[in-house]
Amino acid sequence: MRIALAATCIADTMFPGAPRATVRLLERLGHEVVFPRAQACCGQMHVNTGYFDEAVPVVRNHVETFAPVADGEWDAVVIPSGSCTGSVRHQQAMVCRRAGLDELAATAEAVAAKTYELSELLVDVLGVTDVGAWFPHRVTYHPTCHSLRMLHVGDRPLRLLRAVEDIDLVELPAAESCCGFGGTFALKNADTSAAMLADKTAHVRATGAAVVTAGDMSCLMHIGGGLSRQRAGVGTLHLAEILASTRAEPTALPPARRAATEVAR
Amino acid sequence: MTDARTEVLSRVGAALGRPGSGTTPAGKVGAAPRDVVVPRGYRAAGEHVAGSPEVLEQLVDRLVDYKAHVQQVAEADLPATVARLVRGLSAGRAVVVAPHGIDPGWLAGLGDEVAVREDSPASPLPATELDAVDAVLTAARVACSETGTIVLDGQPDQGRRAISLVPDVHVCVVRTAQVVQTVPEAVRLLGAHPERPLTWISGPSATSDIELDRVEGVHGPRTLHVLLVG
Amino acid sequence: MSRTFLGLPRRLSRPDDGAPPAGADGSSEQPFGPVPHPQAPLRWGDAFPVAAHRTLQDAQLRRNLGHATQVIRAKRAAVVDEVPDWEALRDAGSALKERVMAELPELLQRLEENVTARGGVVHWARDAAEANRIVTEIARAKGADEVVKVKSMATQEIGLNEHLAAEGIAAIETDLAELIVQLADDMPSHILVPAIHRNRTEIRDIFLARMGDAPPDLSDVPRELAMAARAHLRRKFLSAKVAVSGANFGVASTGTLAVVESEGNGRMCLTLPETLVTVMGIEKLVPDFEDLEVFMQLLPRSSTGERMNPYTSLWTGVTPGDGPSEFHLVLLDNGRTDVLADEVGRAALHCIRCSACLNVCPVYERVGGHAYGSVYPGPIGAILTPQLTASTGGVSGHGDVNAALPYASTLCGACYEVCPVKIDIPSILVDLRAREVDADRSRNGVDPWAAAMKAASWVMSDGGRFGLAGRAATLAHGLGGRDGVISVAPPPASAWTRTRDLPAPPSQTFRQWWAKEHETPRTPEEER
Repeated sequence: MRIALAATCIADTMFPGAPRATVRLLERLGHEVVFPRAQACCGQMHVNTGYFDEAVPVVRNHVETFAPVADGEWDAVVIPSGSCTGSVRHQQAMVCRRAGLDELAATAEAVAAKTYELSELLVDVLGVTDVGAWFPHRVTYHPTCHSLRMLHVGDRPLRLLRAVEDIDLVELPAAESCCGFGGTFALKNADTSAAMLADKTAHVRATGAAVVTAGDMSCLMHIGGGLSRQRAGVGTLHLAEILASTRAEPTALPPARRAATEVAR
Repeated sequence: MTDARTEVLSRVGAALGRPGSGTTPAGKVGAAPRDVVVPRGYRAAGEHVAGSPEVLEQLVDRLVDYKAHVQQVAEADLPATVARLVRGLSAGRAVVVAPHGIDPGWLAGLGDEVAVREDSPASPLPATELDAVDAVLTAARVACSETGTIVLDGQPDQGRRAISLVPDVHVCVVRTAQVVQTVPEAVRLLGAHPERPLTWISGPSATSDIELDRVEGVHGPRTLHVLLVG
Repeated sequence: MSRTFLGLPRRLSRPDDGAPPAGADGSSEQPFGPVPHPQAPLRWGDAFPVAAHRTLQDAQLRRNLGHATQVIRAKRAAVVDEVPDWEALRDAGSALKERVMAELPELLQRLEENVTARGGVVHWARDAAEANRIVTEIARAKGADEVVKVKSMATQEIGLNEHLAAEGIAAIETDLAELIVQLADDMPSHILVPAIHRNRTEIRDIFLARMGDAPPDLSDVPRELAMAARAHLRRKFLSAKVAVSGANFGVASTGTLAVVESEGNGRMCLTLPETLVTVMGIEKLVPDFEDLEVFMQLLPRSSTGERMNPYTSLWTGVTPGDGPSEFHLVLLDNGRTDVLADEVGRAALHCIRCSACLNVCPVYERVGGHAYGSVYPGPIGAILTPQLTASTGGVSGHGDVNAALPYASTLCGACYEVCPVKIDIPSILVDLRAREVDADRSRNGVDPWAAAMKAASWVMSDGGRFGLAGRAATLAHGLGGRDGVISVAPPPASAWTRTRDLPAPPSQTFRQWWAKEHETPRTPEEER
């Protein structure tokens, strides 16, 4: 398959490991990955903060960049993010219509129809759950809200993780509870966000996992930021980074600020 | 100044984008909504027929879950069962209120130990008197097993709403043929007389207002006996 | 603001609730003094972030709410799971409510006709003041200086109790949770369980201090507390001449009204007094009697997590010899038509007040209902309150405290998932945010958020510009120091770094890596 990668703005600039792993993984599975360089962002941040007008050029850029998928130039678009995929599917056309851009809205819908979150692409489109990965560490999985409730990815990520060789996958308590990120919510309602994060990191730490993983780098940035501040000794990796890991080319454990006692040692 | 009725209806019209309606208080005129077709894909009836053993078993299970007391009683044993339930309620002579249209046979076993007060819309007992009686005996219109609900519709064998409310013990006789499985079956039956005052009862009164923990027994009857007959 | 019992804001005077005068709890305060109500039911206190900052520090509140919401979530999930056609019921409920909105003028008039034909009197109220006046006049005409009340959101919303108190009429809340709130001079914090922020020990203390006739050895066992309320209110039920209720549903085609409850206080109020006044929002209609078969399955399971609530009363006008001899129905607008005029936001009127969205909301669970500054808290409150108050500010009212409410959500979607009538709360929240942003565009002055969003839009709408920005960010890679993290940042990022680290940008963006690994040498134009 020829698969176009939408890297997401946040991973492109801040967490390149996730899209790099997505590329490695898909190429290992025998697919061709293309990265349309005109891409930037799906527009979710602008939409969710209420700046619809400002979202329009962002959305237009995304839709026009990935429009070739609708004409069959690529077989699919993959996004290693549940919330960005959700925005493509549920927000882009709405924003276009509100701006009176019906034609762009129609293109957005055509692109959205062939756009998949990573676990959807692997399980539903490529029909694979065992991707031949090896990751010999204790891992817990946080189902991000938009993966869970907007895309309904269900247990696809967990099926993929369970098939990873030597992984010690442990269940996260209260997994379905939001981590408190919410985009600009983390800034506009920082106190509430921090209270939610405190519960999430407590649950992560209770698992004794070395790594917390998820399908969204933004939520992982939030959870990881809390864990780092607490010096919890738990790192974050995107789902793709675990699935890309093999014996020949293992993904290293992410840097995690160690607990003070360990540092002292 | 226009009257409130005219103005509210005019605002509603404006909100729905109907011509000639002015605006809402915030100065808005809305868009006309689309036509709506209501999908009725839900179950209109259960898989079990009214009064079947499955339905009765489910009703009992639900009622017991609500902390109601349930017995299945043969028609012939009903008077004795009613008498047994009511007799012990008072140290002296127990008093039971019954609606004027109740099957007199149900009261036949009470004997002299129990006083029966009859209530009817024409000669209603005052609420303060109802507060002093020990129990009330009524029939029912329909019961729904999935939800453990019994419905009274104010007919002469069920009486005024107040009599099944103020006394602390409610003995309710439900005929097995009256027990349907689903809410839609019950509602459609009740829909034949929607004007009747309806009381849906699912167990004794209860509250979840303290820490969302359910506690049985508040203002309504604290004890509900259901006698399934037939 | 003066604070009274258990640290809550002082509220209102009540002429008589059977309680002893001030200071029964040993305090020197005068909680029942003639203090004017400082708060509007749909707009009180600080904006959400400020109010939340305060409530988050209340450890007792956090524990009470955490416990209560966990209990109710589990109960709801269990009883919803056993309904095989739950999604079909939600679809029907959603469409029925949409139909009600589309046909509202006709349905309201049908309801009026049918209630009138059965001996009821229908009143129309444009706003809270008008509704309050109607209820007061009815009570006064009956010579009542006291009315018993069934828990009702509509009467909370219009501040009926406070209005009646000012007119010398005592409104006695008979629902247990409302009673707790009323006795404590408190404000409600939940749609269904307004005293959800209180635990059993606090409730025991409130009863002992304020009820007047509570047994002195009252324990904090919920059953005992419920019995104390039973004893306290029975005299009121048996003697009241006028009752005031809300309604869960009004059936247009028959004129039938429904009240769904648990304790029997509703039945007492609806049945025993000679006069019944029901205040109902104009959106609470259902078209036909049979439609109750949908809502009476959706509501109890979503609300208290029961297969069915203990009691539901349905009545149609007046039934001679059974129940009240006089029935008044007050149809209330009070901002609803403003909500209805919003093509997206009008779905908020579909709400059947089950409160499932509050119980699952991770924000509500932490901050509690008071942070929302409205009798409608939680996710539904965040979309309903700003819209209901649109004519006096609300959303799009620059600087109005209610304009902060649509931002009081992470858009996690838990509310939408449980809503029995499928109100897409996250989408409406986003739409209201846009409404707010658009309203502010015409204002003078520089909003840092708007400026940042504009700049980000320019950068993020072009791959070349975005690539350059990413490359520029990599220059900050060194800021992370040896740990690779930034722990102190200037505003507005300081809101983040107060409790979380921020990773320093990587030394290479993804697209730089891609260019190196996957692309053949490019033209200078592409290199950009």
